[in-house]
Amino acid sequence: MSAASMTGYMRGLYKLAWRRKAAFVGGVVALLMLLAAIMAPWLAPYDPNEQDILLRMAGPSEAHWLGNDTYGRDILSRIIWGGRISLFIGVASIGLAMIIGGLLGILAGYVGGRTDRLIMSLMDMMLSFPSLVMGLLVVAVLGPTTMNLIIAIAFTAIAPFARIARAPTLAVKQRDFIEAGRALGYSDLRIMVVHVLPNILDEILVLASLWLATAIRTEASLSFIGLGVRPPTATWGGMIRDGFENMLDAPGLVIYPSIAILIIMIALNLLGDGLRDATDPKLRHE
Amino acid sequence: MLLFTLKRLLVAVPTLLGVLTIVFFVVRVAPGDPAIVILGENATQQAIEQLRSQLGLDRPLLEQYFSFIGSVLQGDLGRSMISNQPVLKEVWRVLPYTFELTAAALVIGIALGLPLGVISARYRNTPVDFSIRFFSLLGLSFPAFISAILLLLAFSIELPWFPVISEASYSDPVQRFRALVLPALNLGLIMVAYITRVTRSSMLTVISEDYIRTARAKGVPASMVIWQHTLRNALIPIVTVIGLYLGVLIGNSVLTEIVFNRPGLGKLIVIALNSRDYTTLQAMLVIYAFFIVLANLLTDLLYGVIDPKVRNQ
Repeated sequence: MSAASMTGYMRGLYKLAWRRKAAFVGGVVALLMLLAAIMAPWLAPYDPNEQDILLRMAGPSEAHWLGNDTYGRDILSRIIWGGRISLFIGVASIGLAMIIGGLLGILAGYVGGRTDRLIMSLMDMMLSFPSLVMGLLVVAVLGPTTMNLIIAIAFTAIAPFARIARAPTLAVKQRDFIEAGRALGYSDLRIMVVHVLPNILDEILVLASLWLATAIRTEASLSFIGLGVRPPTATWGGMIRDGFENMLDAPGLVIYPSIAILIIMIALNLLGDGLRDATDPKLRHE
Repeated sequence: MLLFTLKRLLVAVPTLLGVLTIVFFVVRVAPGDPAIVILGENATQQAIEQLRSQLGLDRPLLEQYFSFIGSVLQGDLGRSMISNQPVLKEVWRVLPYTFELTAAALVIGIALGLPLGVISARYRNTPVDFSIRFFSLLGLSFPAFISAILLLLAFSIELPWFPVISEASYSDPVQRFRALVLPALNLGLIMVAYITRVTRSSMLTVISEDYIRTARAKGVPASMVIWQHTLRNALIPIVTVIGLYLGVLIGNSVLTEIVFNRPGLGKLIVIALNSRDYTTLQAMLVIYAFFIVLANLLTDLLYGVIDPKVRNQ
């Protein structure tokens, strides 16, 4: 990209941000939460696993802004550290689903014929399971570790990515530059990765921003059911699960992590909606 | 219409077979010998061998697979590894609870979501539209277990209007209804958010069509243009989304049943998970997948009812 087109690109981004204020705010909030998660070791006031039984279920105080949980652990620190796990699992699983689903979709659309039918009917079958139940089963089978949660959540999101990648591939395949690539003797793999992929990347990324919220929600739900990363590791869903039994005495145990989840969900939904509207030509001039 | 229905039925068969295959192999990958899970770590080798042969686990995988498919086709989903009861018996016992919950949620979702979406599109870019969109965004952002907990805190604890534990007496219809209200609202309001949103965007697409302008130009009353001409044509994407979100609805019903401590498929599957009852798990997945395939089929058939063009393809 030349310097001139780079400035033009930045100006375009700036204009877009102004026109889509809600999406912009969502993006900034999501980014801030991501930063807080990355900087958890420096940001969290206490060790998230440090217990102080004297402070068991203590309310908010100057030293502990959001109070303490059933083991006397600092809730704020656990929320900051919990975000690390929840966001990491969300981002990693959607990244994985995006790569596998995207490649399968491109392959199906590009090769066509029997390969296409086989891949797409497999995807249809995967869509026949409710994603939470599928995630539940995969984690139960593989065991609740961070890696397995990533695999389980990615597994539930592969089919939508394959579908979204296939349709534009079919359209791109018909264009002249693909024909030209073939005439030059490029391999199918090269054409798919170098020439088809960049042309459908927009749609895949928009879907990713929307599915990131779903992935984070699935992780929280699995943790709430008891299939999350094992305790004492802090996760938002796990904190709600732990606090659920004692929520009558200390509603904060449940409410604060819930608010953390809600903020990131709303932020990501705003961002995803804005991105989708911005890339949808029908809505672009709204 | 009959031919259309038959064709759709035929398409569903390979999907179901594929689903059964996936379920069978996913459950077989599970670590830990089910015989050891049932008998405990200290069981003798002989007892384990005996149970393995009883459960058919010592047979070749392919043979197990075909016998599994065969029995499912005959409506036999096996026995629970823990209670040794037929799984279907347990499922039939709790199915009405899950069914009434999801049905009530669907009714709430459609009854509120459709009109809200239409109003939002009709008054596009006005404060009415913005507030409806804000609430639907909020609904989409709530994980079902969090909204369930908040409803429980608000309307069972702060305001003691509804029972805290839904597992009240289910033989009394009044109590049963009272126990249903909060869980159904929880699932239903999330559904409202989904339906409102798709109704709005689908209405907006149709509103800009030429035939709507024609209807207006002909002097058809505004409300008739919106509710009859536009909504009718906007229905296909709405029905699609309702069909697709059935999967989400089922997932959310699991969480709702846990929070409200309601009997149902969701609680059954969690109990089976905790006790590593693989036959029950396998059966539950088959049942869930069956419902989703059935829902897709119904959605397809509804297309035919809504849109004569689909029917005559």
